[in-house]
Amino acid sequence: MRADDRFTLLAALPLAIFAGAFLLLPLARLIMASGEGPSGWALYGQVLANPRYMRALGQTVAVSGLVSLAALAVATTAALFLVRRRFFGRSVLIGLLTFPLAFPGVVVGFMIILLGGRQGLMNALARDLFDARLVFAYSMTGLFLGYLYFSIPRVLLTVMAAAEKLDPALEEAARSLGAGPVAVLRDVTLPGLAPALVASGAVAFATAMGAFGTAFTLATNIDVLPMVIYTEFTLAANIATAAALSVVLGLVTWALLFLARSFAGAAVAAGG
Amino acid sequence: MRAAALGFQIAVTGLAVAFLLIPALMSAVTGVTANYFRGLSSGLTLDWVARVWELYASTVWRSMRIALGALAAALLIGVPAAYALARAPGRLARAIEEFVSLPLAVPGLALALALLQLYGTWRGFRISEWFILVGHVLYTLPFMIRAVLAVFAAIDLPKLEEAAAALGAPPWRRFIDIAVPNAAPGVLAGALTVVTLSIGEFNLTWMLHTPLTKTLPVGLADSYASMRLEVASAYTLVFFVMVLPLLVAMQWAAARAQGFVR
Repeated sequence: MRADDRFTLLAALPLAIFAGAFLLLPLARLIMASGEGPSGWALYGQVLANPRYMRALGQTVAVSGLVSLAALAVATTAALFLVRRRFFGRSVLIGLLTFPLAFPGVVVGFMIILLGGRQGLMNALARDLFDARLVFAYSMTGLFLGYLYFSIPRVLLTVMAAAEKLDPALEEAARSLGAGPVAVLRDVTLPGLAPALVASGAVAFATAMGAFGTAFTLATNIDVLPMVIYTEFTLAANIATAAALSVVLGLVTWALLFLARSFAGAAVAAGG
Repeated sequence: MRAAALGFQIAVTGLAVAFLLIPALMSAVTGVTANYFRGLSSGLTLDWVARVWELYASTVWRSMRIALGALAAALLIGVPAAYALARAPGRLARAIEEFVSLPLAVPGLALALALLQLYGTWRGFRISEWFILVGHVLYTLPFMIRAVLAVFAAIDLPKLEEAAAALGAPPWRRFIDIAVPNAAPGVLAGALTVVTLSIGEFNLTWMLHTPLTKTLPVGLADSYASMRLEVASAYTLVFFVMVLPLLVAMQWAAARAQGFVR
């Protein structure tokens, strides 16, 4: 072997040791553990036939899908505005919009409690203005808003990066040919942004599918899959089921991101 | 029609900013308000922050230690690994890159369960801070590898190395003297990302922690469940103060590294 190749292997050695000991072996162990329950590998069939787990999976997919669509709509509108217009305080505004990127799910949950909890802002406003009660933090609405809270900044950054690379001359040409704003958006702008929209939508969806901290803080009885896994593991000590559900959740989110990357191709890397 | 479109854009952007910002501001203000229910008229105080420090200072120090540990691991493992991956293009290298990036796609809860299954019975390790550090390294390492790889992919590393090799530099000298200095913007961006993400990591840490190894986000979850709103808010304020400068620096470094990549 050449000295160069020996050195390349040596440089990869720390990663090989770490990933072997703390990623490959634990994941293998997790998959094994899912088959070590009383029903063996038949557990996967039982999980897929269990109405409670399937309802949780359905709810998780539904809320994650809705959040991705809502985040795409909001973030694309804001991104086009922020990229096209120059105004005082623009960079501060972008900074403020990306500020929740570093928030863990628990903090996002707390933000939603401050907005829509029993002691929250909305409830206080509703009480003072209309003598009504408005508490939504601990419901599906609260969960949706929490996921939206951490999805908007992620999607915004990717879409803004892509929108900066769009050629304004294309839209100008479409306009001069008589296309209205809606037609320009539909036929020129959105197709140009498509790879970034697919990529950031998939990331938002996968993040929401695996999100745990937000649901945990809102402490609801909403059955989203990560909460079910947590309950099975800690309260029911049902380790095989928790492991099997983790394997299913991990496979689904990984496969989705993989597909989105193959679909959006090189443009995903270019768009961030 | 165009004015209406612009108005709509401004309204949506404004609503998004309000949605993201109002609760964060509420939290910051509540953390220094004497009594949340009586509002700001009850006066400003740092008592709640002091109370947080009394109760949770250890979680702040622990999170800083673990973040620095994750940074050290990312530098020692991630930078050489990115170099190796950049030098060995081909299917195997891409497959390894995809595999070590799994923690970006697989939920933290699943990774934590996997670690617990394998190492949970190894008590000395299970109850130590090292166990949490391993989880954080697992989650943050891909960010360092990707940041450095992006720079290596953009600077024509083979040509630089060829020149150095022709001048007689052995492989390790080329790594230290050519590859690492050229990758510096990527290393900086990766380093800030690793530290920021480690300080905020919850999903893995919640499963891996013990009562004696609580980190800042674990302490936050604890305070949200059991403390009065002012204490929880003051604690969140402490977190904001720690993480915001890091976030700003991280975005600056990422933009700078992007500039080098172009």
